[in-house]
Amino acid sequence: MSSAYILPFVDSVNNVFETMMQMPVTVGEPAIKPHDTPADNVSGIIGMTGDVDGTVVLGFPTATAERCVAVFTGMEINADHEDFADAIGELVNMISGGAKAKFVGKHADISCPSVVIGAGHSVFGRKDVKCVRIPCECDLGEFFVDVAIRDSQEQSAAQAA
Amino acid sequence: MKVLLVDDSKTMRNIQRGILGQLGYQEVEEAVDGQDALDKVEAFQPNLILLDWNMPNMDGLTFAKQYRGAGHRTPIIMVTTEAEKSRVVEAIKAGVNNYVVKPFTPNVLGERIQETLARAKAA
Repeated sequence: MSSAYILPFVDSVNNVFETMMQMPVTVGEPAIKPHDTPADNVSGIIGMTGDVDGTVVLGFPTATAERCVAVFTGMEINADHEDFADAIGELVNMISGGAKAKFVGKHADISCPSVVIGAGHSVFGRKDVKCVRIPCECDLGEFFVDVAIRDSQEQSAAQAA
Repeated sequence: MKVLLVDDSKTMRNIQRGILGQLGYQEVEEAVDGQDALDKVEAFQPNLILLDWNMPNMDGLTFAKQYRGAGHRTPIIMVTTEAEKSRVVEAIKAGVNNYVVKPFTPNVLGERIQETLARAKAA
């Protein structure tokens, strides 16, 4: 996957955490995620369609997610409360929306977010799309953004060749 | 001053409601999507609408088109993650008066609200 599709997510996660939580984020080296890597306990998931398609996952350990939601919403909300999932969904929505705006010359639509909460779950995207994990850390803990997207126009051209 | 907040995320409605409260706007109605907003506008008669774009059932763009199509002139501020210029143009063509990209600071949303209301008053 081209870095042109990863750097926008690095910028966007920084922008969302800085703007909404006044929380600077340190981003580690993005790397291909092995298929069998388990997800963390909280996953905010968004689908992307259009010139670029695939899946974006914002993943946290539960304690980190609860701290992020507390700062984001200004309220202490446990992970089993419906408002917790709403807040995680809005975070992945803002990160994905901000990133797609920086895809040069490409238009993409994003789905309404889904949120999965629970120990030991896995999130599987398309098998033919590599997933890049962007490790992130802020004062609230470690989390990650998994980006499994592809340029659908390039894919179509490759299939036609 | 009556404000209609249209967003499928309760988190974002709460954040925006808090900012509106700081600005002194306490009379706020909430809608969870475009259809819900259409159902509420006649009874509530808002002076300002804060409108998300991506929502289930009816999105914000469709709401704006139908609302303007029915002849309503209440100013609308689109508050959305859709940041591309083409989207801003699309929203303005649909009758949206101003635009705020998420994530936003309270100051940015507050300034856009004041600016939009001032323009509407001058028109």
